Amino acid sequence: MSERLSLGLLDELEAESIQIIREVAAEGERPVMMYSIGKDSSVMLHLARKAFHPAPIPFPLLHVDTEFKFPEMIEFRNRMAVEIGFDLRVYTNRQAIDSGANPWEMGTVRCCGFLKTQALLESLKLGSYDLVIGGARREEERSRAKERVFSFRDIHGQWDPRRQRPEFWQLYNTRMHPGESMRVFPLSNWTELDVWRYIAREGIAVVPLYFAAEREVVERNGQLIPVGKDTPLLAGETSVQRLCRFRTLGCYPCTGAVASSAVTVEEIIAELEQARLSERTTRIIDHDQDGSMERKKREGYF
Amino acid sequence: MSEPDLLHFLTAGSVDDGKSTLIGRLLYDANALYDDHVAALRRTAATGNAEMDFSLITDGLRAEREQGITIDVAYRYFATSRRRFIVADAPGHEQYTRNMATAASHADLALLLIDAEQGVSTQSKRHAFICALLGIPRFVVAINKMDLVGYSEERFREIETEYRDFAVRLGLSNLQFIPVCAVSGDNVVRRGNGMAWYAGTTLLSYLEEVYVAGDRNLVDFRLPVQRVIHLPGTFRGFGGRVVSGLLRGGDEVMVLPSGFRSRVTSIAIGMQPVGTAVAGQSITVSLEDDIDVGRGDLLVHPGNVPRERRELEAMLVWTGDEPLVAGGIYQIKHAARWLKARCETISYRVDPNTLSRDTVDSLSLNDIGRARFTLFTPVLADEYRRNRALGSFIVVSVSGNDTLGAAVIVDRTDYDAELKTERAVPDRSNVVWHEGQVTLAARSAVMGHRPATVWMTGLSGAGKSTVAFALERRLIEAGHPCFVLDGDNVRHGLNRDLGFSPKDRAENIRRVAEVARLMNEAGLIVITSFISPFRDDREMAGQIIGKERFIEVHLSTRIEECERRDVKGFYRKARAGELQGFTGVSAPYEPPESPAVRLDTELLTIDDSINILLQHLENYYES
Repeated sequence: MSERLSLGLLDELEAESIQIIREVAAEGERPVMMYSIGKDSSVMLHLARKAFHPAPIPFPLLHVDTEFKFPEMIEFRNRMAVEIGFDLRVYTNRQAIDSGANPWEMGTVRCCGFLKTQALLESLKLGSYDLVIGGARREEERSRAKERVFSFRDIHGQWDPRRQRPEFWQLYNTRMHPGESMRVFPLSNWTELDVWRYIAREGIAVVPLYFAAEREVVERNGQLIPVGKDTPLLAGETSVQRLCRFRTLGCYPCTGAVASSAVTVEEIIAELEQARLSERTTRIIDHDQDGSMERKKREGYF
Repeated sequence: MSEPDLLHFLTAGSVDDGKSTLIGRLLYDANALYDDHVAALRRTAATGNAEMDFSLITDGLRAEREQGITIDVAYRYFATSRRRFIVADAPGHEQYTRNMATAASHADLALLLIDAEQGVSTQSKRHAFICALLGIPRFVVAINKMDLVGYSEERFREIETEYRDFAVRLGLSNLQFIPVCAVSGDNVVRRGNGMAWYAGTTLLSYLEEVYVAGDRNLVDFRLPVQRVIHLPGTFRGFGGRVVSGLLRGGDEVMVLPSGFRSRVTSIAIGMQPVGTAVAGQSITVSLEDDIDVGRGDLLVHPGNVPRERRELEAMLVWTGDEPLVAGGIYQIKHAARWLKARCETISYRVDPNTLSRDTVDSLSLNDIGRARFTLFTPVLADEYRRNRALGSFIVVSVSGNDTLGAAVIVDRTDYDAELKTERAVPDRSNVVWHEGQVTLAARSAVMGHRPATVWMTGLSGAGKSTVAFALERRLIEAGHPCFVLDGDNVRHGLNRDLGFSPKDRAENIRRVAEVARLMNEAGLIVITSFISPFRDDREMAGQIIGKERFIEVHLSTRIEECERRDVKGFYRKARAGELQGFTGVSAPYEPPESPAVRLDTELLTIDDSINILLQHLENYYES
């Protein structure tokens, strides 16, 4: 009577994700996993290791580096690549950076267009990747709530939400013509809390920025924006030290921190169980206008 | 407390029945919306009136918000202290039936909406039909906009009756009807005004309590190999997801289609070795012998193999712009295998409204019909009813690569006598097909227990059904196939012709005992929940079932306590003289002299009672 045959929530999510990742490895001609160094990426990396253990992960990990990432993220990325031994590839839209692209002067929409969307599409084309694993979750944002697990993209990397392939059972249709591709989302059904509970259960390493510390920030439009080496302060603004942490990680000029004293994974979970604000309130780029994520997704963003 | 489980449900129904509004209301009242999302709703509400437009929560695409319709499925996630939910809000428009079917193929439960004013629409029938076809085992029918019909019970019953009549023809029996008003939230999360006549549960508490884990097939072990995991010179294993049944370390397995046999040396989930793997888990298996196994192969137990088929008979939901035509060539994905197939014949198209069958030459977008395919490479398949994963496939366009249809495999039945052309299983001497030669010992080995009947007796209100269903749940979770025979439920069907005279009561018990015996012989543990007030009747039941298997459990709770609970209001009626021959009030109860277990539910919690019973069963297995 001691055998437990029912699966808990995390067991079920894990099993589904592993199945999806294996399907990508088996059916992709040139599969790749996007690695953005955040908590979702850390979970995805862990699931990929589980899917193929004891063999190594059979596809490369690709990081699109805008060069506006927090230094702690880059340090963490390089350390993980060595410790775990995955094939890390980094791509930067060098041309845009050299001509001075930055969110402060260019605005977030255009900056993202160059350094993220365009860089992503170029890097995918360069590698001729066909199945591209990403860490997006349906819970995050309402246009992401509409995504398939295997999401078809045309030869220009565009998403057409009206023409999505139906997706029955776990029978994923990966058939494509040359040049077409798919974005694949093994964490589709995970929530922010699931991610943290799984990090706790499995003891997964994450970037220290997720934990509370005294950080130099400036309050702007109700957000705590971290002050980096080159962040321009507006008239009347002064930077302050605040005890805070990050709920999501992106580029430092565009990612707000939240006031928090959570210094362990367990404390983060306890904090999120009480949270009244959604995860992406701190992502400035999501709030430019109604439907901005959908617009970016149509153009090829994740 | 154990980790909460997951309920995957979809909402379906016609356009403007208020599906998105209901989901919004459910999330809002269950406190599952973040403050910034609520604030954004208030900002987007174009009308400027105080009511929030909940439909904006799930209609995530601009085209949807502009037109006020749902084009594609939106997935929403929320949790209560009882359970985690994944809600698929499916489109109502006929034009987007394929997206609705996408949601249906992943759901444990369908929440179907009907507009109380409009009544049962063609679309609500179409959706019920697709849900039934895809094997969703339970339906909640929310009859919405009750405020617009003056909260009329007559209107509610009228729709309920009409819908039940339709559902019966689809073979659906597990239906729950709830009158709601999504705009005001009546009966969604909290009870509402104006419907005092409705004594049932609210929508949320139904969703929290409905039991779904028992849907899994834990009998037929099937592992489609997704990928060979190979570390040269060190390790060779097979990665895949157990789609049904369970596998233990040391089990003998057979690889299909080759028919090679070997033994399991290890099972792992990632870096973690495990002793047993069950349906739903993604595992890596390694075998004793270095035999040829590749992607698309299937691992099974040698005594329980699926059929090899060169032809597939299927019901289809057609989702492609390209039609299905007889003679057409298609790609098929079944389990972890791609192959090609020719459509031989299209038997008929079903009109989901009338359920009539039309003779057609092709199936077009949103059609539902039956067809037969000849496969270029044989597959190992089960019937969908028995095993969803090996009983389903998708049809994909050879030229365009679009997903054209979803198919569920059906076995030939009498009305398709002309199709009796299935070829025999090719000669493969080590693949055996057993039929009717199974001993009880063999069944017990598969079940992992000795079958028994736990016979619960006690006064009305002592907690028999509560304990019975809780015990059933615990046993199923522990992998022991079992079933509850409940007094009320049996009197709805098998024993509907019986009353409550001592003679009828005896016959009631006799029939139940016979059913319990059959179920025990099939290997199930049976739990019965009947007042069964007379010693002689219980004695007879014990003889029918077999003394060694008959475990008598007396729920010895005092009548004062049962009467205080009065869950069904029977004691009140009996005291008022409205109910004759009621046990404990106007009819006798003869307690057992030496039951195997005695439980006083006034003193024990449900968990205590269950633990005592489990302990007793454990001793029984080992005796």
